[in-house]
Amino acid sequence: MNILIYILFGIGLAFNGLGSFALIRFPDVYTRLHWATKCTTFGSIFTTAAVIVYGFARGGAAYHTLAIHSIVALIALLITNPTGAHAIARATYRSGVKPKFAVVDKLEEKS
Amino acid sequence: MPAFLATSIVAYVLYLILTLFTGRVGLWSAGELISGAVLSLIAGAIAYRVSFEKERAGEKSSMRLLNPLRLIYFLLYLIGPFFIAMAKANLDVAYRVITGRIRPGIVRISPGLKTDFGITLLANSITLTPGTLSVDVDEDTRDLYVHWINVKDPEPSCAEVCGNFADWARRIAE
Repeated sequence: MNILIYILFGIGLAFNGLGSFALIRFPDVYTRLHWATKCTTFGSIFTTAAVIVYGFARGGAAYHTLAIHSIVALIALLITNPTGAHAIARATYRSGVKPKFAVVDKLEEKS
Repeated sequence: MPAFLATSIVAYVLYLILTLFTGRVGLWSAGELISGAVLSLIAGAIAYRVSFEKERAGEKSSMRLLNPLRLIYFLLYLIGPFFIAMAKANLDVAYRVITGRIRPGIVRISPGLKTDFGITLLANSITLTPGTLSVDVDEDTRDLYVHWINVKDPEPSCAEVCGNFADWARRIAE
């Protein structure tokens, strides 16, 4: 069981690490948002899954509560994270920041 | 009234999940059961206008979302096709972080969904999948403007950007 938990943590940390690394690697806010919000969500799914497995494997009321709360937190994360990313992207575009190196920009043709 | 009750019940169920294993009445303590009921009635009174929008001309009632079949479809979609697509896209994007090969751009897709909830579900799915990010929505035609990290085609079809998400969103929400 411990091995499973370590594997889940390893996958999660790898994706979270890649997400942070991408922040300094990419040119503008839109491309950074891809990694800053989504790789970290995917990584957090795995780290939270590790906590859930730990809670259920350890047993007892307190640890079951920990696992159930983590499930609720995971659902909340899955709903709020894309909403926040969309809000940032939309606000950025409306305040006049255009994507760099874009090969096509349909939104500009519209307005 | 049904909207208010439905919102309160959903809030109460969530409260009960959060306070599992606290006492001896079933799995809960009596105090938690009562305070949860009061709090979820208050939450329902505040939030029912948001969670169930008023019916508009040409739209079906949003109470249809309480149908358990739709909930089962939603869970299946979340565990099955959505998670697989997300994992694949994550690996693709991780490869792009290392090599730095990107062709960003904003494209327009028309998924042809008819309800607000459907387009919300699709936009959230698109945003949660790495490589695509929904930037804006055309309120009248319900077209999405998507920032795409690897533009293969300046005028793509919906399936090229988001796979079969649109079909699932139609099945769950319409």
